[in-house]
Amino acid sequence: MSGALLEARGLRLAFGGVKAADGIDLDVLRGEFLAIIGPNGAGKTTFLNMTTGYLRPQAGTIAYEGESILGLAPRAIVRRGIGRSFQLPQLFTEHTVLENIALAIAAREGLWSPLAPLLRHRWREEAMEILGRFGLAALAEARADALNEGARKLTDIAMAVALNPRLLLMDEPTSGVAAAEKMAIVETLVRVLREAGVTAVFVEHDMDVVERFADRVAVWSQGRIAALGPPGQVLSDPAVQREVIGIERHA
Amino acid sequence: MRRGTEATLALLAAAGLLAAAWAAPWLKFVLTIALAKGIAVLGILLLLRAGQVSFGHALFLASGAYAVAFLAPAAPEALLLLPAAALLAGLLGLVVGLFVVRYRDIFFGMLNLAISMVLYSLLEKLYELTRGTDGIRVEPPRVAGFALTLETYVWAMLVLALVLAVGFGAFVRAYLGSPMGQALAGIKTRETRLEFMGVSARRVLLAAYVLSAVMGGVAGAIVGMTTRHVTPLLAYWTSSGELVFIAILGGAGGALGPFLGAAAYELVRVYAAASFADAWQAILGTVLLLVILFAPGGLWGVISGLLGRRAGRAA
Repeated sequence: MSGALLEARGLRLAFGGVKAADGIDLDVLRGEFLAIIGPNGAGKTTFLNMTTGYLRPQAGTIAYEGESILGLAPRAIVRRGIGRSFQLPQLFTEHTVLENIALAIAAREGLWSPLAPLLRHRWREEAMEILGRFGLAALAEARADALNEGARKLTDIAMAVALNPRLLLMDEPTSGVAAAEKMAIVETLVRVLREAGVTAVFVEHDMDVVERFADRVAVWSQGRIAALGPPGQVLSDPAVQREVIGIERHA
Repeated sequence: MRRGTEATLALLAAAGLLAAAWAAPWLKFVLTIALAKGIAVLGILLLLRAGQVSFGHALFLASGAYAVAFLAPAAPEALLLLPAAALLAGLLGLVVGLFVVRYRDIFFGMLNLAISMVLYSLLEKLYELTRGTDGIRVEPPRVAGFALTLETYVWAMLVLALVLAVGFGAFVRAYLGSPMGQALAGIKTRETRLEFMGVSARRVLLAAYVLSAVMGGVAGAIVGMTTRHVTPLLAYWTSSGELVFIAILGGAGGALGPFLGAAAYELVRVYAAASFADAWQAILGTVLLLVILFAPGGLWGVISGLLGRRAGRAA
């Protein structure tokens, strides 16, 4: 890891009287896996939404690779190399898994070839290769709305990976996934992202996942970062255990 | 459905259409109009793929027809009038599209309706230019440099419409299978995802909108050259409703659907109007109700379903 890939400074955003971001300062380091934890309503997803251009902060700055991305539309931010996956997977439900991935590849390369088929040889090959990395090759021809939650989550992330991001923001990649398959899914996506050299920020509620896979943990509380550091240090902090983990484990 | 099967069906339909026009000469006019409306509905099919229904696409059909009416005296050549009408409708589609693609669903549909009614009012009120509700008579233009007899001209219009229908049908089929076409379907299911893939959903919809306007303009040019009389009624909201009616009747699942729907619509209309002069609209309404209730995929859905079952049994 060397240097900050993303630098957020003084981010503030309130919805009415609720402060979703109340002075967020955060550096995301190149190559790291940064977990964001905290109770519901703490502002975790708001941070992802501000970083990806979906919400505009009322104050503060966000720089990616040294350049401000404040005020850019989500699609412009994606083109700069910041990918995003969603708590509720955003799949094209009338398409197959293969077509979902191929469409992401097409989006990366430009859609403007109105007469060439989506599943042209090169894109089909690449899509199958990506699905293979995620262990989804057997589901290539399945319609996206017929998948179980774990496969939906992985397909959602695979679509983001197909865009070749350098930074990937994942909102609760394991929520709704059966406990039995949760670790396998996280192992798969961590392996794929590490191999691709992608820096990752993920919002997570499962402390076992955080402890095992995160390089650093940021604890969100009422729109602020209450603690930041290696999992072993942060998760053993009595205040974090009382105010965040205690709540998490009973959530 | 496989491309080969669809191409075979299209060729059979084209041959059947020519045979029918040969056997019953009065059908030439009806089938030419049906092909023209089928081309316009192909454009609507593109928008339906994005989940958007335009209740104002007669705007582009009328603009194509009036382009022919205005330009024919100066350039009486069908092969010049057609691209000119397409270009004008495309430019109009770009201007209108830049505005309407910002909206979705009922707002998209009603904005299109409102804009088409503005054109209707202009065509009706600007009498000095458009001759109001009297309309403009169009002299038959030359075709490929030849001044044709009326009988030959009617055949030429039918063949021209058929060639354009096949061409636009093949184009739309390829377009819908391309990344642009698949992104259109993405607007219907997950527009947010498109944005987070770096794609402007508005631009994807705008491209389809301009293409649909071009097809509307070409359809209008054929209608203008075939009926040889254009009136503001071409832009009236009922004309737009007719195109949506045909889209539902034919089915939005494939490029042949609009032509099946248009042929069925025109034939039912002609026969119903001849046999039940006071009740033909009720008959058309009943046909639409039956399609919605029993064949929601339209006529094309019924045919492709039957062919699919047959292929399944053969396998």
